[in-house]
Amino acid sequence: MGASDFANLPHIGESLRRKEDYRFLTGGGQYTDDIVLANMAFAYFVRSPHAHAKIRSVDKTAALAAPGVIGILDGQDVADAKINGLPCGWLINSSNGEPMKEPPHPILAFEKVRYVGDHVAMVVAETYEQARNAAELVEVDYEPLPAIVDVRDAQAEGAPVVHDIAPDNSCYKWSIGDKAEVDKAFIGAAHVTKLDLVNNRLAPNPLEPRAAIGHYNRAGDDYTLYVSNQNPHVERLLLTAFVMGLPEHKVRVIAPDVGGGFGAKIYLYAEDVCLTWASKKLNRAIKWNCDRSEAFLCDAHGRDHVSHAELAMDKDGKFLAFRVHTDANLGAYLSTFSTAVPTILYATLLAGQYKTPQVYVEVDSWFTNTAPVDAYRGAGRPEATYLLERIVSRAAWELGLSQDEIRRRNFITEFPYQTPVALQYDTGDFNACLDQANDLADVAGLDQRKAESKAKGLLRGVGYSSYIEACGLAPSNVAGALGARAGLFECGEVRVHPTGSVTVFTGSHSHGQGHETTFAQVVAARLGLDPEQVAIVHGDTGRVPFGMGTYGSRSISVGGAAIMRALDKIEAKAKKIAAHLMEASDADIDFVGGEFKVKGTDKMVTFGQVALTAYVPHNYPLDVLEPGLNETAFYDPTNFTFPAGTYICEVEIDPATGVVRVDRFTAVDDFGVIINPMIVEGQVHGGLVQGIGQALMEHCVYDRETGQLITGSFMDYTMPRADDFPNFTIGHVCTPCTTNPLGTKGCGEAGAIGSPPAVINAVLDALAPLGVKDLDMPASPNRVWTAIQQAKA
Amino acid sequence: MQVQLQVNGKAVTIDAAPHTLLVQALRDNLKLTGTHVGCDTAQCGACTVLMDGKAVKSCNMLLAQAAGTDIETIEGLATDDGTMHPMQAAFKECHGLQCGFCTTGMVMSALDLCKRQPNAGEHEVREALEGNLCRCTGYQNIVKSVLQGAAAMKA
Repeated sequence: MGASDFANLPHIGESLRRKEDYRFLTGGGQYTDDIVLANMAFAYFVRSPHAHAKIRSVDKTAALAAPGVIGILDGQDVADAKINGLPCGWLINSSNGEPMKEPPHPILAFEKVRYVGDHVAMVVAETYEQARNAAELVEVDYEPLPAIVDVRDAQAEGAPVVHDIAPDNSCYKWSIGDKAEVDKAFIGAAHVTKLDLVNNRLAPNPLEPRAAIGHYNRAGDDYTLYVSNQNPHVERLLLTAFVMGLPEHKVRVIAPDVGGGFGAKIYLYAEDVCLTWASKKLNRAIKWNCDRSEAFLCDAHGRDHVSHAELAMDKDGKFLAFRVHTDANLGAYLSTFSTAVPTILYATLLAGQYKTPQVYVEVDSWFTNTAPVDAYRGAGRPEATYLLERIVSRAAWELGLSQDEIRRRNFITEFPYQTPVALQYDTGDFNACLDQANDLADVAGLDQRKAESKAKGLLRGVGYSSYIEACGLAPSNVAGALGARAGLFECGEVRVHPTGSVTVFTGSHSHGQGHETTFAQVVAARLGLDPEQVAIVHGDTGRVPFGMGTYGSRSISVGGAAIMRALDKIEAKAKKIAAHLMEASDADIDFVGGEFKVKGTDKMVTFGQVALTAYVPHNYPLDVLEPGLNETAFYDPTNFTFPAGTYICEVEIDPATGVVRVDRFTAVDDFGVIINPMIVEGQVHGGLVQGIGQALMEHCVYDRETGQLITGSFMDYTMPRADDFPNFTIGHVCTPCTTNPLGTKGCGEAGAIGSPPAVINAVLDALAPLGVKDLDMPASPNRVWTAIQQAKA
Repeated sequence: MQVQLQVNGKAVTIDAAPHTLLVQALRDNLKLTGTHVGCDTAQCGACTVLMDGKAVKSCNMLLAQAAGTDIETIEGLATDDGTMHPMQAAFKECHGLQCGFCTTGMVMSALDLCKRQPNAGEHEVREALEGNLCRCTGYQNIVKSVLQGAAAMKA
């Protein structure tokens, strides 16, 4: 079935209310912390108070004697048990061919701690309180060492060394593009725009903190790990094959209701391994709940780039070449996908929506004494979009062009389009997005609104951002060639029951995205059922055959496509059964709206009749066809998908206080075919708030001297709240993706990718009359006010 | 320590240590796990319940402080046959939730708001929800839900 046929089916494009909502709205959700197992104990982790220190000794004596304590494990116990460190899932080679530096990442620190919050010991006790109290009695003798938290400090001569195997703190020095051609293009350029910027470090902060329960069952010699996680099969694969050396059939991973992920719950974390391991060692089910304060310290953070970019143009503002140098902070250890984020998921997006003939990007990645940095909503693509869309608007201002005109002059208009940085865009209509955004944002009325603001003593500015991202991770062979150590397909199983209802088992995982509804719409549309007749099961390696999980806006385009493949098989087999029942040839059977018909006749059987026949095969071609109607498919995409759009932000600034108020925000996205517009708009809203949050308020700050995390709670780290935003205006353009059977592109990250540069461009536009030319995120009142004062001086 | 109170219309006696938080008593003793804990600084509002009709953050008060009060949690809102309260129904209708974790606290805060400011507009709703964090929805549909739920409650 092609994408255009699919898009016209019933239920596709319908804002069906969500099937999962009743349980969430009545308190019936079951998150990991809601699960209570018999004889369950509790864990608490002793964490490093130092950013960098040698561990001279760990004395557990007093803690072991404390009430309720069952056991305490530390780095020496891990070494004795020969449990491997946490693996990195992506190998990046430096430009000189050397593989990246991969220091050990022990699940409990051994000999040294490398960031504040690094895991030193796990205390297990009868109650949470006893574990926490005993943890205070674990005496760790540290020898503090100088620490580095900033990439600029990490590469300094004589800087403290985070890992001995990387004496210069460099993990890799990677590049993409043709440097010689880029340099040549710069020589003849009529104009060059330059930009230095910082992409601020962020804490993902899903509202449900991470949690896990390790449970070992002696009778079966097997384990169950309940964990708040986005990809239970990946978690199991890493846990068993890479770290613990256990066979996969002995480990079941269940990710029940998960309260948001945003990337932070993709990874295999030390706590997950410790709980699994200790559940056998201590023969107890053990629960751990992450405090929010701990989450700030030890959940993988996002972003943290320092970049310099130069854009060469001809006299008309046509882009000739783009060159970039980025220093990326990887933190103290390599988290699961960390190395791919500033390379494969970043530099390849730096062509953006533009036909810049030459792009060259260097990325140096550094170890620092900070929490590991990994994918956070958008992962690499927000960093690319921010850099590119900032420099494009700056170029427009330098050349005296409008922000939309410079984009229009450079937009790619013919597809497929091969960029100079490896990606091939299948389809898009960038002008249509820009036009619609201009209309919806009422850009025509801007001058009047500016005048009204001015009359109130306020400044008003408008900012554009035309983003493109690569979603639907990923063709496994391409990913493999680029260093991925896993496949990136997806699996779906469609189980038709004898009475014609359906259960689908998907390797995608929903932690807010609404798969139980959207995926049911897909299946119902294909089989001519009501979505209520379709149940979606996810998040359990014991029930779902396999899966690579949910991240990178891949669920519908890869997970949904796997279900489509399984439905193809269901349909093919059902046609054979129907043909038998109607004494016709398979080739003469049409399946439309849940009915099988013999072409050119009025003979018909329903999907329900066929399902029943498959399980009660009294009149059935048993000699050539197995009974039953249950099919599984794996789908490996042939290309990434490329959501794209234009965002326009309008801000009003009070120059007396530096407070920036987002007055209007318009987002026009091309997500290809949309299955449930209500859910898609909800995804955009959420992404926008995270992106605007990055631009205006969020910032993970480490003290540059001591390495202490200064923004370690919701009291210190500014989270976006309801009263920080206006209502957003959302529009859509649809150019169906040509490389998957649904025509979908993915929508989960766009808002967070496209919005930060729109906001900062708007702030700079507003401040331009005062002479402010540059500002780093977050554009907090203090920073804006300071920039204004400096411009005045 | 024994504490007597009403929870969702039923008299209960909870035997717990004196420093037990109200949210711990609800979740651990009464197994009412619809009330969630999303932070440790009383900022996120996922633990919001109604105490004598007013929204409180149950992570930020002791069980002992709730002695003799009437506590209402998310589990107490639907009717006996399972029909959702108009505010719950509005959240579903307006897609005012995604992962569901902040949702129960949001609904309880919304009910408090409806009582205090029955004619609140969008601006007032946004301000009133300042004590509840949501990381998924971008708030827009939550605000829409609260306005629609408030209207339905008046009808």
